Amino acid sequence: MSGGEIKTAISTRGVTRDFQAGQETIRVLHGIDLDVRAGELTYLVGESGSGKTTMISIMCGILWPTDGDVEVFGTDIYALSDNELVNFRLQNIGFIFQQYNLIPSIDAASNAAVPLIAQGMDRLEARKRAVAMLEKLNIADQADKLPNQLSGGQQQRVAIARALVHEPRLVVCDEPTAALDAKSGRRVMDLLREVGVAEDRSVIIVTHDNRIFDLADRILVLEDGRITHDGTDMPDDH
Amino acid sequence: MLTGDKQKFYGLLFGIAFSTLLITQQLTIFVNLIERGASGVYNVPTADVWVMDEVSRTTDVNFPMPATALDKVRGVAGVEWAVPHLRANASVRTQEGDLEGVGIVGVDDATLIGLPKNMIEGDINVLAQPDSVIIDDVGVTNLFENGQSPIGERLELNDQRAVIRGIGDSIPSFTSQVVLYTKYSQALRYVPGTRNRMTFVLVGASDGVSPDELTKRISEQTGLRARTRDEFAQDGVDFIIENTGIPVNFGITVVLGFIVGVAIVGLTFSLFIRDNIKQFGALKAIGVTNRKIAGMVAVQAGMVGMIGYGLGVLGTVGFISAFSGVPQFKGFYIPWQVPLVSFAAMVLIIALTGWVALRGVMKTEPAAVFR
Ligand SMILES: Nc1ncnc2c1ncn2[C@@H]1O[C@H](COP(=O)(O)OP(=O)(O)OP(=O)(O)O)[C@@H](O)[C@H]1O
Ligand SMILES: [Mg+2]
Repeated sequence: MSGGEIKTAISTRGVTRDFQAGQETIRVLHGIDLDVRAGELTYLVGESGSGKTTMISIMCGILWPTDGDVEVFGTDIYALSDNELVNFRLQNIGFIFQQYNLIPSIDAASNAAVPLIAQGMDRLEARKRAVAMLEKLNIADQADKLPNQLSGGQQQRVAIARALVHEPRLVVCDEPTAALDAKSGRRVMDLLREVGVAEDRSVIIVTHDNRIFDLADRILVLEDGRITHDGTDMPDDH
Repeated sequence: MLTGDKQKFYGLLFGIAFSTLLITQQLTIFVNLIERGASGVYNVPTADVWVMDEVSRTTDVNFPMPATALDKVRGVAGVEWAVPHLRANASVRTQEGDLEGVGIVGVDDATLIGLPKNMIEGDINVLAQPDSVIIDDVGVTNLFENGQSPIGERLELNDQRAVIRGIGDSIPSFTSQVVLYTKYSQALRYVPGTRNRMTFVLVGASDGVSPDELTKRISEQTGLRARTRDEFAQDGVDFIIENTGIPVNFGITVVLGFIVGVAIVGLTFSLFIRDNIKQFGALKAIGVTNRKIAGMVAVQAGMVGMIGYGLGVLGTVGFISAFSGVPQFKGFYIPWQVPLVSFAAMVLIIALTGWVALRGVMKTEPAAVFR
């Protein structure tokens, strides 16, 4: 990829997703066309059950759409083979899960180093880079601690370090601030913007935390599986 | 990951160690016990070939031959020496008045071939004194329970006088029966008289003649049954295997050990996977392949398996050495095949349960982590 040219991080066309609930088929997403731009911090907002998690899972290559295409930085990800898709995620996407999902038996630095090690990097080198990332997040002094020795906020920063350590072009987070107080929530957002957003890199965040709505470059609102708002601010009726 | 979860780590360790201990220990006892069927042969290491009546099967299941058999055997080329050997059962009345079944072994008067190789107390030449018998060490514990010295004690053997003048260092028989060694001529007096009483002829092969070759020659020329030492030892073992419930009993315990291992290890494994399914999902989402996850779990399970296996084998060693002083366990050892068998069992347990548990991880959709 020649840097600077590509403006679109994610592009979806006609994405639908059905779930089977007993005999019934429920359509959760109704043909979504969407472009997420590189260099932006994008929010996906909506009420519970509106399909946010489903949408973001499809956009980052861990849930197959029933119909439609998804391109991430120009790659039609669901046209890839299983192994290619796994590798694509490893090289290009960073994940921050709501429950952090750190590995309990290894220390903070090793947790943060997981993507690098999975990419095949030498363990010592991977650990060094992980510690550097922890430093950026101001918790390098916790590098040798196990997850259960850390506070919730510290664990989340380790999770963020893990999502960013391999400098992925796309970072996805589902409800990253739900468990944090307002101040910590805003700090996490600042961090994500600082380390995750660049000219050819972008961050997409699922949230319904109205305390941080002002920090987005762009806000998309999802209602019953359809995009109903697309702008730099929240619509007035929310 | 596995090693970070103390409870499950110890659960796995316990399951494997317990299973290994049960399998190793039971197989060890089994092998040693059935080898007791050959103790009569092992106790006379100098004999290359055993000659007996056609219907005799083991050192203890025997039928006497006419005394002329000895000369016939001596006439076969390649026989360096041949001596009479008598094995029979008798009842002994102890000084307390108890009746006890004993084995009588009559050894060649001149050469004393047939006695245990080593003596614990006394000298083999004590047999020169009148009415002398040498008792085996298991016999001492069985017959003299209060720990007094048996030397000089008198016994009544089928109404004949016998005086214990030595203790022989011998491998106990399968039943740990008391064995009294005495001169052949003396033994004839202890065993009530039928015409034929010689049960075996022990043979040494001349230099350059193989025992196999010699047994062939002896049976061809005398019509008697001749077995090499190894063959006859095997006959004794086979007899125990064929005529007791021991293989079945031990087999059941070993299978139970395996099943308990599978149950404990399998349960712990699936608990571990269940507790960590989100973490596995996260790894899969990040881009760690199933193969890498399986490899990771396999390495850790292998490590736990090795430690557990080591503990189990160590436990068996401890058990065997702790009981080495008990005469019934005398000479027990761990045959090298036994740890191999339990190793294979351990690998099988881990592979089986690990595979089942990992299938759950393989099937986990990475999308599950966002839910
Ligand atoms: N695996 C599934 N099987 C069946 N139904 C599902 C599945 N995943 C999601 N759904 C349904 O799809 C709809 C949208 O779910 P989704 O998790 O995307 O909502 P959401 O916007 O993330 O909600 P929340 O804010 O509560 O997290 C819901 O009605 C949900 O029940
Ligand atoms: Mg959700």
